[in-house]
Amino acid sequence: MEVTDIKEKWTNKIRTVTIGATADEGGTRANTVTVGGETTLPFLTFEGEIPNRPVIAGAIADVVPEGWPQILKDAIGDVINSPAEWAQKCVEEYKVDLISLKLIGGDPAGANRGPSECAETVKSVLEAVDVPLIFWGCDDEEKDNELLMECSHAAKGEKCLIGSATESNYRTLGAIGTADKHKVIAEAPVDINIGKQVNILLQDAGFSLNDVVMCQVTAALGYGFDYVYTIFERVRIAGLKGDDLMALPQIANVGWETWKVKEALQDDDVLPGWGKLADRGPMWETTAATGYLHAGADILTLAHPKSIAAMREAIDELMAN
Amino acid sequence: MAMTGMDIYKNLPKSNCKECGFPTCLAFAMQVAAKQKALTDCPQLSDEAKDAFADASAPPMKLVHIGPEGDAQVKIGQETVMFRHEDKFYNASALAGKVAASLSDEEASARLRQINEAAFSRIGQDISVSMAAVEVEGLSADAAAGRAKTLADASRVPLILMGSDPAVVAAAAGAIADKKPLIYQATADNAEAMIKVAADNKCPLAATADTLEELADLARSAADAGVGDVVLSFDGRDTAKTLRNITSARRAALKKNFRALGFPAMVDAACDDPFKETVLAATFTAKYAGIIIINGLDGSELIPLLTAAQNIYTDPQVPNTVEAKLYEVGDVTDSSPVLFTTNFALTYFSVEGEVERSKVPSYICVVDTEGLGVLNAYAGDKISPEKVVKTLGEQSVADKVKHRKLIIPGLLPPFRAEIEDTSEWKEVIIGPESATGIPRFLAENWN
Ligand code: SF4
Repeated sequence: MEVTDIKEKWTNKIRTVTIGATADEGGTRANTVTVGGETTLPFLTFEGEIPNRPVIAGAIADVVPEGWPQILKDAIGDVINSPAEWAQKCVEEYKVDLISLKLIGGDPAGANRGPSECAETVKSVLEAVDVPLIFWGCDDEEKDNELLMECSHAAKGEKCLIGSATESNYRTLGAIGTADKHKVIAEAPVDINIGKQVNILLQDAGFSLNDVVMCQVTAALGYGFDYVYTIFERVRIAGLKGDDLMALPQIANVGWETWKVKEALQDDDVLPGWGKLADRGPMWETTAATGYLHAGADILTLAHPKSIAAMREAIDELMAN
Repeated sequence: MAMTGMDIYKNLPKSNCKECGFPTCLAFAMQVAAKQKALTDCPQLSDEAKDAFADASAPPMKLVHIGPEGDAQVKIGQETVMFRHEDKFYNASALAGKVAASLSDEEASARLRQINEAAFSRIGQDISVSMAAVEVEGLSADAAAGRAKTLADASRVPLILMGSDPAVVAAAAGAIADKKPLIYQATADNAEAMIKVAADNKCPLAATADTLEELADLARSAADAGVGDVVLSFDGRDTAKTLRNITSARRAALKKNFRALGFPAMVDAACDDPFKETVLAATFTAKYAGIIIINGLDGSELIPLLTAAQNIYTDPQVPNTVEAKLYEVGDVTDSSPVLFTTNFALTYFSVEGEVERSKVPSYICVVDTEGLGVLNAYAGDKISPEKVVKTLGEQSVADKVKHRKLIIPGLLPPFRAEIEDTSEWKEVIIGPESATGIPRFLAENWN
């Protein structure tokens, strides 16, 4: 029996963003990473193109993240104490496409490292690995303005992806990105309208949306995952239907959010019958990452080596067939 | 599928006999389309026309029941949309634990016990493995019948009978026909005989094929043989192709009302590597499978997958709320801290999770904000110092603790003065802005 034609006719293409600069382009990366460019929903290649595969960023931090469970620290090993070595392990052993460095050491309520110390960390990671770099501030807005500026200078010309521009600091981030030729992450607090608004603000401030990756505060599985999953889908559908302000690649910060929630922190002594944390934790991360991948994420930030391996295999399989 | 006046008119007698009270059949058809009149108001309607209408007004994706009537019966299908924001996803994916044919009788029974026990509670909802996929492939007909009977009798959940040999599956199905197992599965090679197994035993049938065209043919043959409850079956290990096919089948049913594919889908995701299996099962939880077969029965795999189904099948139009009451986290005493938050589930569970993490037993007073988070509730006038004080009173919080200290969300500092001025809560402490700050806050501010 002939089956009725069900192909969608998408009219628009998601913008492409290239992260990293090789020597030819004024940087020191061995290769660049390009995301976006889709003219169809995730992996539905029968009605459009997916020119660039979704990529995995290894989540690392300048100081050992407070609150991460021992099973995660053990899986990563001693390198967790050195961002440069940690980044190397991510690239060489876990085969990540790029590094996502969070400068939590800058947090005034934590280690309170100065901007220049943070910039040194950025430099050390850039020297240690030759894949493109994403780096983020410490989530203290006042501190981040200063900190990101200094880190941006230190990485000038490397075309890093910097997080993140919000409704309140988009001017600073746009200015930093323009001055030092970086790309910028536009972030919104689980709100699709604010997501679009931040893009508009960045654009109005003179920053090209061709250099922006969208991000929603990425909910962990079981903690608002349904909201963020649906925002990813709606953003992608709006982009494909012709809304240029939404036709941007998206990043899901799965690692950072996963390792804060009960199911990824507590072992079966606290949660009897729920399985060993050493397995459940990375499963929690992997399950959320899978959801976001199919909702339209172009970059997945992951922390546990097992999650990274599982998602790499999944993307290989989906792109090959 | 809504029918237009013209669709309806085509099937009327076109005699303009006026018995319905309208001057013409067309006028009557318009009234029916506008839902002002029922079709049955035309006494001249032929039986074929009635069937055509029943078919056209049936939901585009059939609701399929598996298992005997009761709480454990699995209902899948009758979905209406491709994306949950367009309406919602209705019947959550059922996880089916596989019982391999290679297991001995004792091992199979032990495995079934594991399936029976795979029931959990998360955020106040029961989540569990809801089917047992019993493989009879390679067994003799007698052994298959024996195994099906033993396991069905012991099972908390409905069964899937997995096999390719119709004679073996028939023996198993015959032994437990009253339990309405899902017959798995009709293929191009065994279609006629396997459809007959389902028809003879009045059981639902899974069907699989290499292409959607062949699958539609199989489903049509099943319908012709009187098997109306069909489940479209796909191989999850062939992920990319299955993703395309399961999406196409659902689109054909929901967007084009293509009847031959108007059935729920299922995916076999069983594999040896638990991480790979988790990825496959999570993929098809999001993407349209009503049933997912897996091997893994450890909580470490089940809890994430069941939570994914819980999340994906949440109604996005309804704010996710928890009951507005006083919650006790840990072994509280009359000197435990009291925090308040909103009844937006996400906010509440973040606060609850962080309080648990702090290991400081605490009371959480939940204020009804109609499902809005702290900032939105404040902006929308759904939370006020007055309402907080009233809620504390209604929940008799002052009877539970001997102190009068109240920790308020860091996003609501203006509430402090008014609560202190208008209530017995004389020591209001401004807490962290985000729930993640709670453990440190309690460690530093409460001892
Ligand atoms: S009763 Fe039926 S056949 Fe007669 S006019 Fe009305 S619709 Fe037409």
